[in-house]
Amino acid sequence: MIPTANESGAGPVGAVLVVGGGIAGIQASLDLSAAGYKVYLLEKTSALGGHMAMLDKTFPTNDCAMCTMSPRLVAVAGDRNIETITQADLVRLQGAAGRLTATVRVRPRFVDPQKCTGCGDCAQACPVELDNEFNQNLDRRKAIHRRYPQAVPSSFVIERSDRPRCMRTCPLGTNPQGYLALVRQRRFHEALRTLRDSNPLPAVCARVCHHPCENACARAAFDAPVSVRAVKRFLTDYCAAHPPGPELAARLAEADKRAGHGHAKPTGKRVAIVGSGPAGLTAADGLARRGHQAVIFEALPVAGGMLRVGIPDFRLPPSVLDADIDAICRLGVEIRCNRRLGRDFTLEGLRRQGFDAVLVAIGAHRGRRLGIPGEETRQVRDGLSFLRNTAGGETPRVGQRVVVVGGGNAAVDVARVARRLGGKLVTILYRRSEAEMPAIREEVDQARAEGVRLEVLAAPLRVVTQDGLVVGLQCVRMALGDPDESGRRRPVPVPGSEFLLDADTVITAIGQESDLGGLGGEIATARDRCAVDERTLACSTPGVFAAGDVATGPDTVTGAMASGRRAAVSIDNYLAGRPLDESQPDPPPAKLPPVRRQDLRPPRAATPRQEEPQLPADWRVAGFQEVALSMEEAVAVAEAERCLDCGVCSDCRQCERVCQAGAIRFDDRVEDREIEIGGVVLADGYAPYDARRRGEFGYTRYPNVVTSLTLERLLSASGPTFGRIVRPSDGKEVRRIAFIQCVGSRDSSDRGHPYCSSICCMQTAKAAMIAMEHTKGLSATVFMIDVRAHGKGYETYYQRAERLGVRYLRSMPSAIRQDFKTHDLQIEYAGPDGTKQVETFDLVVLSVGVECTAQSAQLAAAAGVERDEYGFIRTQPENPVATSREGVLVCGTACGPKDIPDCVAEGSAAAASLARDLAPARFTRVTVPEYPAERDVSAEPPRVGVFVCHCGNNISGVVNVEELVSFAKGLPRVVHAERNLYTCSPEGLAAMRRAIDTQKLNRVVVASCTPRTHTAVFQDVLAQAGLNKYLLEMANIRDQCSWVHPDRPVEATRKALELLAAAVAKAQHLRPLREGTQAVVHAALVVGGGLAGMVAATTLASQGFEVHLVEQTDSLGGQMRHIRRTLDGLDVQALREHLVRQTETSPLIIQHLRSTVTRNRGSVGNFESEITADDGSRATVRHGVTIVAAGANMYTPTEYGHGTSSRVITQREFERRLGAFPFVPVDGVVMIQCVGCRNAERPYCSRVCCAEAVKNALEIKAKRPGCRVVILYKDVRTFGRLEKYYRQAREAGVVFIRYDDAHPPQVSPDGVVRAMDPALGRELTWRADVVVLSAATVGRPEHRALAEVLRVPMTSDGFFLEAHAKLRPVDFACEGVFLAGTAHSPKLIPETIAQALAAAGRAATILCQDILRAGGAVSVVNRDRCAACLTCVRLCPYGVPRIEKGAAAIEPTACQGCGLCAAECPAGAITLECFTDQQMQAAVGGLFLETVPQAEEAPEA
Amino acid sequence: MSQTQKAPQEAAIAGDFVPKIVAFCCHYCAYTAADLAGASRIAYPPNVRIVRLPCSGKADVALILKAFVDGADGVYVAGCLDGDCHFISGNIHAKRRVAEAKRRLAEVGVEPERLEMFQLSAAMGARFAEIVGEMSARLRQLGPCMAGNPDSHKEGPR
Repeated sequence: MIPTANESGAGPVGAVLVVGGGIAGIQASLDLSAAGYKVYLLEKTSALGGHMAMLDKTFPTNDCAMCTMSPRLVAVAGDRNIETITQADLVRLQGAAGRLTATVRVRPRFVDPQKCTGCGDCAQACPVELDNEFNQNLDRRKAIHRRYPQAVPSSFVIERSDRPRCMRTCPLGTNPQGYLALVRQRRFHEALRTLRDSNPLPAVCARVCHHPCENACARAAFDAPVSVRAVKRFLTDYCAAHPPGPELAARLAEADKRAGHGHAKPTGKRVAIVGSGPAGLTAADGLARRGHQAVIFEALPVAGGMLRVGIPDFRLPPSVLDADIDAICRLGVEIRCNRRLGRDFTLEGLRRQGFDAVLVAIGAHRGRRLGIPGEETRQVRDGLSFLRNTAGGETPRVGQRVVVVGGGNAAVDVARVARRLGGKLVTILYRRSEAEMPAIREEVDQARAEGVRLEVLAAPLRVVTQDGLVVGLQCVRMALGDPDESGRRRPVPVPGSEFLLDADTVITAIGQESDLGGLGGEIATARDRCAVDERTLACSTPGVFAAGDVATGPDTVTGAMASGRRAAVSIDNYLAGRPLDESQPDPPPAKLPPVRRQDLRPPRAATPRQEEPQLPADWRVAGFQEVALSMEEAVAVAEAERCLDCGVCSDCRQCERVCQAGAIRFDDRVEDREIEIGGVVLADGYAPYDARRRGEFGYTRYPNVVTSLTLERLLSASGPTFGRIVRPSDGKEVRRIAFIQCVGSRDSSDRGHPYCSSICCMQTAKAAMIAMEHTKGLSATVFMIDVRAHGKGYETYYQRAERLGVRYLRSMPSAIRQDFKTHDLQIEYAGPDGTKQVETFDLVVLSVGVECTAQSAQLAAAAGVERDEYGFIRTQPENPVATSREGVLVCGTACGPKDIPDCVAEGSAAAASLARDLAPARFTRVTVPEYPAERDVSAEPPRVGVFVCHCGNNISGVVNVEELVSFAKGLPRVVHAERNLYTCSPEGLAAMRRAIDTQKLNRVVVASCTPRTHTAVFQDVLAQAGLNKYLLEMANIRDQCSWVHPDRPVEATRKALELLAAAVAKAQHLRPLREGTQAVVHAALVVGGGLAGMVAATTLASQGFEVHLVEQTDSLGGQMRHIRRTLDGLDVQALREHLVRQTETSPLIIQHLRSTVTRNRGSVGNFESEITADDGSRATVRHGVTIVAAGANMYTPTEYGHGTSSRVITQREFERRLGAFPFVPVDGVVMIQCVGCRNAERPYCSRVCCAEAVKNALEIKAKRPGCRVVILYKDVRTFGRLEKYYRQAREAGVVFIRYDDAHPPQVSPDGVVRAMDPALGRELTWRADVVVLSAATVGRPEHRALAEVLRVPMTSDGFFLEAHAKLRPVDFACEGVFLAGTAHSPKLIPETIAQALAAAGRAATILCQDILRAGGAVSVVNRDRCAACLTCVRLCPYGVPRIEKGAAAIEPTACQGCGLCAAECPAGAITLECFTDQQMQAAVGGLFLETVPQAEEAPEA
Repeated sequence: MSQTQKAPQEAAIAGDFVPKIVAFCCHYCAYTAADLAGASRIAYPPNVRIVRLPCSGKADVALILKAFVDGADGVYVAGCLDGDCHFISGNIHAKRRVAEAKRRLAEVGVEPERLEMFQLSAAMGARFAEIVGEMSARLRQLGPCMAGNPDSHKEGPR
């Protein structure tokens, strides 16, 4: 099977992989770790907890799910042998059982969990709000978030998909989603920071950018794109007009520094940049931010290049340009004007001057010529020089009739300038159609509004002159032909279409080129550009680069800037000696995939797109005043609201700016990890059925139709409504609630699943009761088929629900209608009498079923295991946690629907199966921490060290931390006090360690967060420093001060002082504690030789543990002797024979037949029992653990004439007859369910009888198809997969008739059975050859005695009572004693096997140890004061104290540390360590400060 | 979710006398609920001081009375909901002891209403905040407690 070290030279690996961090996976992990294995716990989401963490209460005890689960989460977090890997999937599993290699794909968190302290500052800063899926989208969370407040790991995580579409399409990579999100929150200065990070000319771009972002905007899928540029315009204007105050400026500067923006160390390198246009300026900015000295040489008298002289002032006012340039200069960039390349300096000269690199960014300032006759006439002008002259302050003369040739932005600008200079009739002549014009659409529209005429599809042929003056332009009409290399359709002249356009001025703007004359041939050129490498922009000469139009050809402003950015990266790489293309951004894709509405979150608001306001057209042409105006603040904010956050995280990096721990890692990448393991447990869980597939219920269309999981969140006290049940549509309190059961379950159509989901009936009963508890007067109605309350304690729970007034209607509605005004919901259903009823509800809850997860196919393929017909992982009939692959186990809902206790039991069972197989490798991969010897501090006076945590800003933002430190220094016995940014960070812990050593501290007080999560962290430091870990005390000044009194800093500080004083006072009295030890007897006592007992015994024996198996009868096998096969076809007798053989041949199993346990003493690890045989002989055995697998009996009915009439038999007798040879045929069989249970005497369901009846019915139908079979039932409880057989039985013709307690069936001695059919409302009669009674499973009378001997509790139903109904299904409250099989409650054979494996596994976690260590914070008895009054013995919930030699004795390994005995002991003889009277009284005393520290400011009202 | 929320009772205790409350909270439910109130930023009056115990059943009568003697105006013990106790039955015994301590308070002339037992689950952060408000309102009605040193710091707002 599994190779051992001896056979192959390489034994199994002592590590395991658990896939899935829900309750089943957590249980498996904790058990495996306790059994000595290293555990890798894989979780696909960002936090452990699975579905259980979402639940409010749990049935049938109404335990709070989080209360019970949270200690488990903390245990996992604190277990150094469990490595939790979140956001991870198993992608491959290679090798053989015992030695496997798992490949695990880890998706990035973007937050370093080692550094993140979970303080939450980042989420406060994050502007992106998303639906909170943990709360079923009832509220919102941030893009950086924690799944839920108690999440483990507590580290935050960023939800970040690809970059948003706007960002992906921007040549510069600016991040509109980021600054829009901040504008939305009116955090304008932070928004500008985000913008400026990637765009050094924000105000310029806010006016002249051709905004490809808007063309890509996902919002267009709903209405129209967001006016990104207009919002940006508002933002830059706002920030210019409202400079940040000193406080905000300081905060921004600090945040910048933290994120490392603009704070590079000077490198001493100098770079010359030729040209101060957008490319040169952007490159200069990029270089300056990297610490290089950039000097710009500009030929013109003013900086800005084409921005200055190519774009008219009414589009880009010079003052705006100046402001952006000034900001760049403030980074240390120098601009030298009037320095023309080739005239005043050369490239080589720059190198000689000591520049380490040169960037040529001279732009393209020379207009192209038309090349037509007459062009040389004086009134034919070049558009670029025309614009340049205008910008230079000249007023070029234009005539009345101006024709501008061209279709780009320059042409439009020229035309608009011409209008302003007096041109009356200004015409733009363009050879293609308007749609092809490269000019920005808005600019064309504006030009037209200003009176500019478009003459498209026409080209000039000749300038017509008269007397040396231009009088017109001879043109020809064009038509569009085939597309050319640019993808646009090529214009071709239309023969004979010549026409004359009157003109007195012609201005050409058909393109521009660079003047390369100044280069003097120093670098290679191609056509009219510098020859460059496209990706790095490097020229032919090393150290020389070119950017902007001179490198790329004429481009947009943003394009030129992007090119400048690229050059800066290359130059930085060049200067650092790196490959030039390192970390170069990829250019934006030519085309983004189309937006799909279904991939998007719906818009927050339906506001239509807001356009930028503009000056009226007739005002505009009067001068050069800026045309576009700033939006109103409210309009801009509303426009920003329209952003859909399609990129999820907006990359605004606000989190990075506020995280004081430096935990944000934006460059996290998906990583594949290979892990060596011995075995795998799959615990991937389930997915709730997607209720949208039942369209008739209107889920997601009707706001008040919700799923059961949504209701859980509404009910939860920690949910979005704090437990108030309100309607999502209007927030009104719900008064009438309806539940529809079996949504997606028991549904053989292709929209649902044929199986029963097992848990929904009870979940509904629970939710209905809790809802009625939360809202007085609430009415709850449940529409259902059967109520399946088949678990332990479930039937009484269901009955309680009915008693409390939950209305159960056996009717399934076919549709829900909504009143569109009130959002009330109408349900039409068939009433009990078959008539149509209509009822109105406030809220309808769809009780959605369980289905396999979307990833289960992938997971199964990766793990190499088979799935069943429903998509769950297939299990083996003889081992319900084994998959089709050896070494891979499965547990929980990954292999089918089940409730929490079954999940937990299976988690333990899977762990036990693996632990058994990997036993030779136990303790080979775990790490045991090594600590130095403890310092003896008993003789030292207390020397207290106080550590006050800032928790970033979380504590220090409210509580005056400095005051706490100085106050602490004044407290008695305090010899050291310091404050730390994060006391739990590696730096903080090192500081603590240092202080303990240097100050010889012997008590440590930490004032920080909650001791629930952080005690272990600090205790570890004490242990490392050689101090006993119990010399630590904590004051919770975050959760109890700063977080809950944020507006009252003075009172919060005072409270913190008192909590600290209390902690210090208590710390004086702390004393070192020794943990008790108990040598473990490596043997188990298993009571019961049935299925559960044999499975448990053989599982333990195969790991090398001795087992005493006590069986009261003379043979092994128990009740399984009476069962031939299960519904699933398992041959029970073959299994029995196999187990008996294994048990009998195992040398480690000592059988005690015809025996009972008559005495038991001792505690976990070391019990002693007396076993008495029926011949009176006695044996005393010692054992470390006990497993109770004592089984149950079948009820012997007295009802329906059983025992008197030979026709009336039980299912078990009937099963025997069916298997007998020869088979005696019968023609009429009536079965009666629920005989002996679900009645007043035994108010529980026996769980197995419905399946048994169906099994026998199917068999008789198979043997004798003509036989009429009627089953009289109360509810058919073929839960889970068994539902399949129920359907088969109905299809085979088995008749199911319901009866109720008011009308029980009547059986006459001659076999006539009468029953009232509630559906028909009349009595039916059958003549039966046999009447088969489904008799209850009942506890054994002798169990009472056993319970007393073992000191374990029982239920009123006569079964044993486990420690916790949900999370400890196989443990007794008493340590070291476990429970399995039908002694726990009635159960099916696979369930019994799982439970027995689980109990054995739990037992093995104790037996595998040589010594048990426990105690510390436990109760201790002062024997001198003890009067042996028995108070503690009676009081202890765990039965730990006992009287030994005249005084109470408390075994430290068994004590649970509640302190109940200590609080009650009349003689004061019992003390609970860590909470002694002296300590607690000192702590309380510390809460009352005598002196009131002076308040520095008045408390706020 | 992380927005600050004000407990409705907070307004009710604005005024001169701010009662000082000591709360003995069990580790598994009440203390955890207080942590959740913190993590959820649910604001409540700052006049309560929490003392953590492993189980509400550890709160003994002497300790409760000591808090009054030291100067508390009110005390409450907060444990798990019925049936929810991490230690099975500690909260039941706590209730019994609180009743006993109330009798003892009455004997020495201190209003027994100054002491209360509350039960809540670990998920009830908002309820924790509510309880502080309820207790504060109740103690404001009763005024300062004179069980401690009558000459102490009772005058005026603290």
